[in-house]
Amino acid sequence: MEIERTSLPGIGLQHVFTTARGRRVGIVSHHSGRRDLVVFDRDDPDTAATTIVLTSEEAGAVAELLGTARVVERLADLHRHVEGLVSRQVPITAGSPYDGRPLGDTRARTRTGASIVAVVRGGGVVASPRPDFVFEAGDIVLVVGTADGTAAVAALLATR
Amino acid sequence: MHSTTQLIELGAIILGLGLLGAVAVRFSVSPIPLYLLAGLAFGSGGVLPLTTSEDFVSVGAEVGVILLLFTLGLEYTADELVTTMRTAAPVGLSDLVLNAVPGVATALLLHWGPVAAVALGGITYVTSSGITAKVMGDLGRLGNRETPSVLSVLVFEDLTMAAYLPILTTLLAGAGVLGGVVALLAAAVTMGLILFVALRHGEVVQRFVASPSREVLLLKVLGLTVLVAGLAQQLQVSAAVGAFLVGIALSGPLAHDARQLLSPLRDLFAAVFFVFFGLHTDPADLPPVAGVAAVLAVAGVATKLATGWVAARRAGVGPAGRLRAGTALVPRGEFSIVVAGLAVGAGTNPRLGPLAAAYVLILAVAGPLLARSADSLARAVAGPRGRRA
Repeated sequence: MEIERTSLPGIGLQHVFTTARGRRVGIVSHHSGRRDLVVFDRDDPDTAATTIVLTSEEAGAVAELLGTARVVERLADLHRHVEGLVSRQVPITAGSPYDGRPLGDTRARTRTGASIVAVVRGGGVVASPRPDFVFEAGDIVLVVGTADGTAAVAALLATR
Repeated sequence: MHSTTQLIELGAIILGLGLLGAVAVRFSVSPIPLYLLAGLAFGSGGVLPLTTSEDFVSVGAEVGVILLLFTLGLEYTADELVTTMRTAAPVGLSDLVLNAVPGVATALLLHWGPVAAVALGGITYVTSSGITAKVMGDLGRLGNRETPSVLSVLVFEDLTMAAYLPILTTLLAGAGVLGGVVALLAAAVTMGLILFVALRHGEVVQRFVASPSREVLLLKVLGLTVLVAGLAQQLQVSAAVGAFLVGIALSGPLAHDARQLLSPLRDLFAAVFFVFFGLHTDPADLPPVAGVAAVLAVAGVATKLATGWVAARRAGVGPAGRLRAGTALVPRGEFSIVVAGLAVGAGTNPRLGPLAAAYVLILAVAGPLLARSADSLARAVAGPRGRRA
């Protein structure tokens, strides 16, 4: 998927892409945090047919909805494709040995064979967290692997 | 008592502007022509001539120009300006030539002299970026493909103004060609310096101005802007340009905060500025220049349509979009009045002020209307052959 990026001096940035079904969609990011979701005319690719103005808060909510759905979808896909693969949501509670420590420290994949694929924090999702991602109490960790592997990660992260 | 009538007059002016602004919002038109009309009504020869609040209004008008240019500068970062300068130069130059020539030629034909010609060229050249940006936002055109072309023309014009205003100021002061060159050099050096500081050492300015208190931030930013503007005026670089450059030097979250804090002040003093300009124009002087203004307005519409057409075509936009780009550029407003204000203040041809007022009155109203009807115009021109081409 190709995304064109154009600067709009004095306003912000514009990103435009064409969907697989041939609709042109754009997002205008204003310096002020406002986002315009623009759907272009079917017949005239120069003209915005609809412009939806989102406040920065609304834009954040929309991004989250799209993002969260994507992670869940990807997990469902994994289940469908691989027999015996399990996903598990493990909470980090206060008192977990990894509360306040980076993901890399768990060495989860080496020790259990299961992978940490996402972390849900405060209603948002951090997909594919990097090894330097620091856990906090209240995080929900999404783990994917075999039944044994995911159980081992759960035990690793659980309060002792 | 003198001071009490002053307050009553001032309150009445501002309240009147508020009511006019409400009318402008109600019919979603630019308030600028209404403010000008208000100024005409209050001024010498108007229906309700003011007597006591002139002093405040004249200082307020100066602050208004400074804040107009400062908030304009805030919109841009130094990076954006440099990039646009490189990419938009061909279109920007044709915009300059196409749109300044009618003004220059008219002034010369009327035997107003070369200085008035330079001023009138500026008046017909510069699009009102305020009106244009607002119209494009209101019509939901910010996402359109022609929009970046329109915006880069506006940025180029604003940069040109930064070079033009110092030249005009010097010419108006009667310093001649040599003085004009010196002023241009001074402006170029100042501008280069500020752009350099903004690009390389932006954080120094930011750190100086930044404050967690909105009150402190407001006072620091306003003080710095007016101070630099005053120094620039002392150096014959024009106060407006100094303020514009301060705006450019501020960027990022600080620019955002400064914009939020200063926009209300800008709205107040800019309105005062338009009234001030109207005050100094005798309504009786308008009819004699109405014919010239109408001709210039028609020429101004045509030349901006051509500019927009060329700019959008370069970006690979279809005919409908090219027409939209052209109509978006038609409105003239605050900067034409700023230029005319400078010229009138320096005592060029007395008919220049009324002419500029009439010109802006026509185009500030006609421009947004044209922009609104651009799509139906395009369909009418293209006919049944359709909108794609």
